[in-house]
Amino acid sequence: MVFAPKSQPTAYQPSGVSVPGRQRRRYSVRLWSVRHSRLFELVYNTLAEVLLKLHPLWNLLGYHRIERPIVAIESAVKGFLFDCRMCGRCALSDTGMSCPMNCPKSLRNGPCGGVRANGHCEVEPEMPCVWVEAWNGSRQMKSGDNILKVQKPLDQSLRGSSAWLRATAERAAKDQAVKAPAP
Amino acid sequence: MSTPSNEDFSIVPDGHSSRGRLERILRRGEFAVTAELNPPDSADPNEVFERGAIFDGWVDGINATDGSGANCHMSSVGICALLLRAGYAPVMQISCRYRNRIAIQGDVLGAAAMGVNNILCLTGDGVQAGDQPGAKPVFDLDSMSLLETVRIMRDEGQFLSGRAITSPPHVFLGAAINPFAPPYDFRPLRLKKKIEAGAQFVQSQYCFDLGMLRTYMQRVRDLGLEKQCYIMIGVGPLASARAAKWIRSNVPGVHIPDSIVQRLEGAQNQKLEGKNICIETMQEIREMAGVSGIHVMAYRQEELVSEIVHESGVLKGRRPWKRELNLIDIAAAQGPAAGNNA
Repeated sequence: MVFAPKSQPTAYQPSGVSVPGRQRRRYSVRLWSVRHSRLFELVYNTLAEVLLKLHPLWNLLGYHRIERPIVAIESAVKGFLFDCRMCGRCALSDTGMSCPMNCPKSLRNGPCGGVRANGHCEVEPEMPCVWVEAWNGSRQMKSGDNILKVQKPLDQSLRGSSAWLRATAERAAKDQAVKAPAP
Repeated sequence: MSTPSNEDFSIVPDGHSSRGRLERILRRGEFAVTAELNPPDSADPNEVFERGAIFDGWVDGINATDGSGANCHMSSVGICALLLRAGYAPVMQISCRYRNRIAIQGDVLGAAAMGVNNILCLTGDGVQAGDQPGAKPVFDLDSMSLLETVRIMRDEGQFLSGRAITSPPHVFLGAAINPFAPPYDFRPLRLKKKIEAGAQFVQSQYCFDLGMLRTYMQRVRDLGLEKQCYIMIGVGPLASARAAKWIRSNVPGVHIPDSIVQRLEGAQNQKLEGKNICIETMQEIREMAGVSGIHVMAYRQEELVSEIVHESGVLKGRRPWKRELNLIDIAAAQGPAAGNNA
């Protein structure tokens, strides 16, 4: 077996971030966010409620029209806080506020068997395993046991779209269905 | 004692998922043994036949790896097709490293049509670990969603899209576990998750730390998982202290405690000591509550598997299925193909 020496860049190139760039950042903001997962859980729940309350407004403006500005805001905010990759199907509240798309294997259901003894990633030895972080983050959250839910495969066609708006629209549709059950 | 010879392998017995031998043995409550075949870097079918024959009569299933360690080898589908021709019971490994969901579902149907009864769903090592680190990592599914995908194909008779499958694949579904990697608290719960996704049996990463395994199995039994899934523990002989050190720093997810390395270093014959450690580990595992079998990964020491299984006594006198040589095989062995390998 041949292994790539450390100095060489790995085959894994996260979108928009070069390997040296990632190493410089040391993932400090993302790790901080996970450490404060309980706080972000509250913030996220509040945000979801606010967005849902504003559903009539979104409907009036048209979801397709506000998609672009919301995507810009969402990717800036989540990119800064969680190193979000805009997969379009946000799982943060089910993964201890540690974005699973930062896993080089983009695992959405827990850690692979290759996690190093120091809790670091098999592919990127300098990076703490996204799922070790996720597990620790989930232990502080009220709904932390959501980490035990089996996540469906990601719909790749949703990449780059707003998960916030999609979740809001889906919840609004669900509420509507409960209020006025189909005949 | 051997498997009943009057068994009908053309039917799926009541309550079973597959027609296969491995599932029947585990469901009967027998202690099962599987081994990993070292995949050839070759297009010669005889290399597969020879590597399979080494295990003949000692194992209940042969794992066909899917680009193990992200290195390029003969495909697991190809190896399974060849092993089936010889009558062996292959466990087809599927990794998510380089195939997307469309390719994987197609492979599952093809494999089941050829007679593959056991499928092991894996995420797979990252491409950086292999001989072609410049390859594009796919990872469209992960081990969990792969399990669920195959379970849906089998139990609901449809693809992920919902399109109907006219004859669903009757496969016994497996997954991998690694009790020896962090986050340790999450590992038993992750097994639970895999069972929910569809895992019926699991094979573990190499076990060199029995203490750690005991802790893990205790949690597993507390959760009652050993009743919902057959747990097979991975073992293998270490060739030397040097090999042990190399493996633990280079192969992702293998945990070898210092005590094992020291024991190897102190031995006069390190290879023999490695084999003895493996046998002792197997004997301990055999008596551990909740463990249903052993998975032997004797990389490049495959010839030791029969000795190890025999000397450990884990089969307690049971003899797994053995290929019966008939005139056609003998003729084939004496044919021109045999000359190539002399």
